Amino acid sequence: MAERSADEKKALRAALAVGLATAAYGISFGALATVSGLDIWQTCFLSLVMFTGGSQFALIGVLASGGLAAGGAAVTSAALLGTRNVFYSIRMAPIIGPGFFRRAAAAQLTIDESVAVASAQTSLPAQRYGFWVTGIVIYLGWNLTTLIGALIGDLLGDVSAYGLDAAAAAAFLGLLWPRLKERQTQAVAVGAAVVATLLTPWLMPGLPVIVAAVVAIVIGGFNLFARKGTTA
Amino acid sequence: MTTWQIVILASIVCLALKTVGYLVPPRAFEHPTVARTANLLTAALLAALIAVQTLGAGQSIQVDARLPAVAVAAVLYALRVPFVVVVIAAAAVAALIRAVT
Repeated sequence: MAERSADEKKALRAALAVGLATAAYGISFGALATVSGLDIWQTCFLSLVMFTGGSQFALIGVLASGGLAAGGAAVTSAALLGTRNVFYSIRMAPIIGPGFFRRAAAAQLTIDESVAVASAQTSLPAQRYGFWVTGIVIYLGWNLTTLIGALIGDLLGDVSAYGLDAAAAAAFLGLLWPRLKERQTQAVAVGAAVVATLLTPWLMPGLPVIVAAVVAIVIGGFNLFARKGTTA
Repeated sequence: MTTWQIVILASIVCLALKTVGYLVPPRAFEHPTVARTANLLTAALLAALIAVQTLGAGQSIQVDARLPAVAVAAVLYALRVPFVVVVIAAAAVAALIRAVT
């Protein structure tokens, strides 16, 4: 193996730190998925194929509250949360370079964390290296811990007695928390939460979450609540 | 739809979204409004999911042990406590309240 540059070593350290921290989320996901009504295979399928934490949590969250009747809303919520990966893949395409198989593998590993680690590096080799190492570490860790969590959730049985329904909300909050730095994002979060709550008695379970996405479109489209100089 | 159909359909859609940027020339997505709104969309959906998970009970609103549990989680995140610990703590708070009420 060729000697790694200092840049690449830095990328490797970042990748391992982020990778290990994220892999631990998998336990929560696996446990919550099985108590939401998925079996162990379905839970593992999501981590293997969908492999994007926010969408996975969204899917099981909507299914937990609305059951199979909310299937359409569950798929839509997962898809809407997955749209940010479109922008990640655009950013990563020049870093990954050409080649069908390389790009296909990169697409599957294009998630918040791999893109964040790659973007934090300064040289192209380190960016490329950071992307792959982070993506692979998380892919392996996430799937392994999903399986462990699913086995635990399967053993637990009744959800509410253990407070796992509250754990689901706390898990979403953990995904949202790092995004709340900008005032505009805070406004969107508060607005969407209010809209979803107010609509809950009136719409089928799952739909209030999707309608609340309109808050992001309105505030983003008109660029409301933006601080001066941070319009993009 | 069966659970398997939902799981497979959603997975394919999410995987397809990840491949878009590697297939399509990026120009269509370069507009700052589009990029900004996509970012905000994530926050909106997560916030809406938190609200529904915390207060929703089928098609009604119900204040119960989940609300204090999520409040505790928010305090712990503010104190930079790791994710897994916060999730377990939130579950424990809700379970404890249910056990004593």
